[in-house]
Amino acid sequence: MSVISSHHHDHTHDHSECQRYLTSLTDYVDGDLDPALCRELETHMAACENCRVVVNTLTKTISLYRQLPAPEMPNAVKERLYAVLDLKPHTLSADEGGDPA
Amino acid sequence: MPIQANDMDLVARLQAGDEAAYAQLVEENAARVYRLALRMMGNEADAEDVLQETFLSAFKAIDHFEARSSVSTWLYRIASNAALMRLRRKEPEQVSVDEPIERDDGEMLPRQLFDFCCLPEDDLLREEAREEMAHAIDDLPPTLRSVFVLRDIEGLSTEETANALDLSVPAVKSRLMRARLKLRERLSAYFAQGPVIVESRNRGEA
Ligand SMILES: [Zn+2]
Repeated sequence: MSVISSHHHDHTHDHSECQRYLTSLTDYVDGDLDPALCRELETHMAACENCRVVVNTLTKTISLYRQLPAPEMPNAVKERLYAVLDLKPHTLSADEGGDPA
Repeated sequence: MPIQANDMDLVARLQAGDEAAYAQLVEENAARVYRLALRMMGNEADAEDVLQETFLSAFKAIDHFEARSSVSTWLYRIASNAALMRLRRKEPEQVSVDEPIERDDGEMLPRQLFDFCCLPEDDLLREEAREEMAHAIDDLPPTLRSVFVLRDIEGLSTEETANALDLSVPAVKSRLMRARLKLRERLSAYFAQGPVIVESRNRGEA
């Protein structure tokens, strides 16, 4: 796999069709795209490497971000929050900084 | 997410001034609000301010809570507003209130760039790459950042995101698309340039 420069690409491919699908791409990767449009886009992608790679890397980008470790809330931050709110933390459990959701 | 029965119960107790209910609200939501604040603000000091401001506002506003969203979406809404307001003060030119954003992007036809999708996960998620991902979020305009963080990182639905940010569903989708495409482009450029050699920077644990 190599880096394809856009200049090179411009000469070899009619962009107007890709452009038409642009607004559908994120619905497509979310699985929210209208089925007819979805088939149309997939037909287009079968012939268009540009859109295929854009969709693959778009999907990958989202999945990488979803795997980013969630930043922890430091205990000191939590303690200061309780102080500012004038609450006593001990009214509830001792579960430390975890996310209950 | 429509409001749930246990939310109703919690809200009723909050409105009745039950202190344990206040502690419960904080306990169940603080970590989440902090995460959002940190992603939005990009630094811990500002994130902590936003966190405190969010719960102070929420406590004050609890009598006006309307059951059109869940409690957590409501808190996300207060937190996003607080974050955006603070960003607007810090960098007014970055956050215009009525950014003409809903136009559909002639200029942004995505280029294919580097197909990084099949690199090994270990390389894609190595520490330096994770830092790059975090910086890429910081560099998004705040109005796109808030949509991306709520929808794709916190995992809210499109409707919940719209509700939390006071946007229409199409506006959320349009901003989400722009955010995702920008991040994709940034990661493509990053992974294309990188010799993806983990062992060369063999975690000397700083
Ligand atoms: Zn195409």
